This record gives sequence, C-alpha cells and structure tokens, in this order.
Amino acid sequence: MSDVPGRAATSLPAAGHDEGALDPWLLTTRLADYVAWGRKNSLWPMPMGLACCAIELMAMVAPRYDVARFGAEALRFSPRQADMMIVAGTVTKKMAPAVKRIYDQMPEPKWVIAMGACASSGGMFRSYPVVQGVDEIIPVDVYIPGCPPRPEALIEGIMQVQRLVEERAKAGRRKSLPGAATRPDTRTGS
Amino acid sequence: MPLIGKPVSRPGRPTLLELTYLPSILKGMWITFRHLFRRKVTMQYPEQTWQMPDNYRGLPALVRDQAERVKCVACFLCEYVCPPKAIHIEAQEIESGVEKGPKVFDINMLRCIMCGYCEEVCPEQAIFLTREYSTVGLSREEMIFPKDKLLQMGGIRGDSIRKWSRLTQDGEGHGAQGAERSAAR
Repeated sequence: MSDVPGRAATSLPAAGHDEGALDPWLLTTRLADYVAWGRKNSLWPMPMGLACCAIELMAMVAPRYDVARFGAEALRFSPRQADMMIVAGTVTKKMAPAVKRIYDQMPEPKWVIAMGACASSGGMFRSYPVVQGVDEIIPVDVYIPGCPPRPEALIEGIMQVQRLVEERAKAGRRKSLPGAATRPDTRTGS
Repeated sequence: MPLIGKPVSRPGRPTLLELTYLPSILKGMWITFRHLFRRKVTMQYPEQTWQMPDNYRGLPALVRDQAERVKCVACFLCEYVCPPKAIHIEAQEIESGVEKGPKVFDINMLRCIMCGYCEEVCPEQAIFLTREYSTVGLSREEMIFPKDKLLQMGGIRGDSIRKWSRLTQDGEGHGAQGAERSAAR
C-alpha cells in the first residue's frame, strides 16, 4: 500500500551516519495514523436499507462497481461488527426507533452516511409519518443527494468517510449531534 | 385418480463423499476460478467514469444566455411544480425593465429528486439538469446551493430568444446593451 500515512525519515541529517541516527529507510508513523489507515481501508458498512436506495447500495457491492476495492464490501448485518451505517431509504417514524437503536448498538468509532434525498432531508415525503432527515435522530457525517444516488455517488460518499477517518485521527475528537435549531428546512406539510 | 405430471425426484441419502462436502466446495471453487478468465466487468470508478447519455438527469443548475445574462425571470413556475419543494425563489426588479430576475434562487439538493419537472416547465429555458451525479456534502447547509453556485454549474447556454435586445432597441429607451448587461448581473 502506497498511502501509508507515514513519513520516511528523509529529513534526518544526511551528513554522516552517526551512532544515534535512525536508518533512513525506516518508516516511522504515529500510532493513531496507523490505526486510522487500517480503519479507513476496512469500513464495514451496516446496510440500513429501507427503500429503493438499497437497490443501488446492492449495486455498489456487486462486481460492476465493486466497493471491495475500498475495503467496504463486508456488509455486516450485526451492528456489533459494523463501522459505518448507510441509511438508504425513507426513514419513517415507525422505523426511526429501530434505526436509532441499531446506531446505538454499533461500537465506537462509527460513521453515518445518509444516502439519498429521503434519508438526508425527507425528500419528497413532506408528510407526518416520515422523519425529515435521519439527522434528526442520529448524527450524520456525509449526505448524498439523489433519488436514488448512483453507486458512484455512494462510492464518493465512502471516500469522503475515509477522509473523515483520517481527519478525526488528526483532530482526535468526535462530531457531535447538531442541534435542531441549526438545521434549516425541516418543516413538514404545506 | 391419475397422477398429473412427473413426481418430484427427491435426493436420496448422501454418500460418504458428499457428507464431507468436498465435491460441493470444489465445484464452487471451480466456478470462482473460471471467472478469472472471463471479461472484467468492474469499472474502476474514481479513475474511470461512466459515459452517461445526453438526456441524463443529474443536479439542476441555472444557465446564462450568450450575452451572459441570467435567463431566469423569477416566474416561480419551477418552485410551484417542484414535487419536493426544493426550490426557493425571491424575485427582484432589474434595471433594464424588460424582465424581473431572481434575487435569491436556492435549490436544496438534498430535497431534489432530479425529476426534471423544473426544466420541463421553465418558459425561459433557464434551468437545466446537468450531468453531475457524484456530489456529496458534509452538512445540510452546504447542500443548499445558492444562485451563484447554480449559475456557475450551469454555464452558458445560448438560444434564439432576442427579446432583450429587441425590447431595449424598439423605443423602450432603457439604455444600451452594456448597461443592461451590468444590470442583469
């Protein structure tokens, strides 16, 4: 793998090879970066397939788009083994407690992709039984527009999550649940 | 009563070899092995991209005409027809006096379902669905695209409508082309 977040010790003083210096070919990195590299290349998704977006989710796993190239092909149907929840589809108010519970059962660290218009904002279902965006119940890291999004867009979302994994390793902090007051466009009906 | 059709043949007791599951495993591995020599179907996505047809419906965007005027006249038809109510428009007067224009034109891309009704209903051919399909966002605020961003996405798409130059030259007395262009911006 060429994208190990390490730095070869090339900045060492080149003049002379004295006793205390490291071998210039020794690869050094921080442990947090190394763990993040492992995490981002094995993001096992929890397929929260609730509607038609799940079909595109399956297409992403299939050979044509082949998300195994990103190490995210092992769909885990147990939340205990999953790193990343892909909410694909309309989250109804009846399903919302189950989504929230499954998210709570996932071990930290965990990421959430809201795939498609319904999961991101409620989409065209501005009605009483539909949660207007899954970020009303769980924190969402990446939003993907589309109805449904193409598998490429979902791969793009997974690549964005991989970048977030790296950033979180650098920042060492967790994204908090956004407050309802800061979210625009959560009105229903009309 | 006569028997209709053939009776279903049930498998008998498995032999000792079948009980080891080895023939089934080898059969499965052989199928997997054969796929090594078949045509490769995987599209290496970030490097290779899909050639979509011309009428592909991706994210919507606003366009300018050949004189770089904003073609939208804020008639609110797209806002009216939009099924998920993703479009938000506020109109304003523009200096040329020929038309009005949008002061605010927001499209919430997370609401948008790329149905193309806005493009279909637009009387000025000012809004088009682009072929952009792989945009992702980190927040809801970021995915509400303002007018400037939509115009930048749409680019320039000229047409044969000459109402701006005709109405300003036929004695309406609203100045030259240059003032009108600056007003439209």
